[in-house]
Amino acid sequence: MSLIATNLACERNGRVVFSNLSFTVAAGQCVELRGTNGAGKSSLLRLIAGLVPKASGTFALNGREDITSELHLIAHTDAMKSALTVAENLTFWSAVLGGSGIDDALKAFRLDALQHEPAQLLSAGQRRRLALARLFVKHRPLWLLDEPMTALDATSQDALRHHMLEHLKRGGMIIAATHGDLGLASDHVITLGPT
Amino acid sequence: MNAFIAILRRDVLLSLRQGGGAGAALAFILSVLVLIPLAVGPDQNLLRKLAPGVMWLSLLLAVLLTSERFFQQDYEDGTLDALMGMSLPLELVVLAKALAHWLSVSLPLAILAPLLGILINIDTSDIVMVMLAMVLGSLALSMLAAIGGAITAGLRRAGLLVALLILPLYVPVLVFGVSATLVKAGPSGSGSSLLVLLAITLVSLVVSPWGAAAALKAYLK
Repeated sequence: MSLIATNLACERNGRVVFSNLSFTVAAGQCVELRGTNGAGKSSLLRLIAGLVPKASGTFALNGREDITSELHLIAHTDAMKSALTVAENLTFWSAVLGGSGIDDALKAFRLDALQHEPAQLLSAGQRRRLALARLFVKHRPLWLLDEPMTALDATSQDALRHHMLEHLKRGGMIIAATHGDLGLASDHVITLGPT
Repeated sequence: MNAFIAILRRDVLLSLRQGGGAGAALAFILSVLVLIPLAVGPDQNLLRKLAPGVMWLSLLLAVLLTSERFFQQDYEDGTLDALMGMSLPLELVVLAKALAHWLSVSLPLAILAPLLGILINIDTSDIVMVMLAMVLGSLALSMLAAIGGAITAGLRRAGLLVALLILPLYVPVLVFGVSATLVKAGPSGSGSSLLVLLAITLVSLVVSPWGAAAALKAYLK
């Protein structure tokens, strides 16, 4: 299993965000996206997720271009409802994504004790853990993570690193936009924007 | 199917928990019905004659008030992005959300509003027909509101824009809804209007999800 991107280009409102971008992510590999604000890291993740049209180029996962059902995108926004509890939010995503339950997701980011708390009472770090827990309601091979460590404390960062490494060991793939070092010894670093 | 039911269930739950749904809209209708006699005077016959039209107009505006945030929250918190990446087509996501809106806002209003019509001297024998027509028409109102909500999903304070976009689409529902509730026009006339209202509702059920989904896709891209 591998994701192959060839000569990808992205434009927003007539402005070229990036162009001629080619890379390959094989099973078990992690790619870090680096660059200044507005360099196109989030746009690249959204492009791969099918949320932004590509101006040119191709990308495919095992030869398939439509890969939305093979990936999780954890963006800046958490896609969680403040009026619902932690468990209700995860149960919703489990049902929507065709998952089998939320126990793994709750355990993965120490949300067991918070499962009956409304999401609006969670701190920023706890909400980030809740957003990341969506990775565990249904297994998907490709994780697209936008600044995954944001708002996480040291313990949660270690937990996320552990889960990312486990995912890679199982043959998963990760593309993560980040400003800092993820601490994963990533296989590739792609720097977008002016260098 | 699980995803469809999950979206429907979650949106009904959110509407109940967050407030600003049927309760606020019903309070709006109550306010209109209290103000109407003050505006047109205490002529009971005039009020009775105006009642079906006033009831429909207040229902229509009440539903319109709730349509601004149809997709806005899902757009802002990233839920729409996440929903794009699942097997359920966006058209069915829209349909689930519109049905949830109908169940949590429009349907309760359609059932309760005619009872409040007593405040403007509605003929008690008309209440059942008004309720029946409103239940039917309210589904079309929710479906059409989805289109306006989708077009303005990423805009703040889009209430006026939604009204401008949706009100023309509401005109047929209003005309045939009021016509269907005028029992005194004769059972055959009322029945045919009810059938047209049913047709409008069925067409909106088919067309609105496609229109709203197309607007959302354009927005998200």
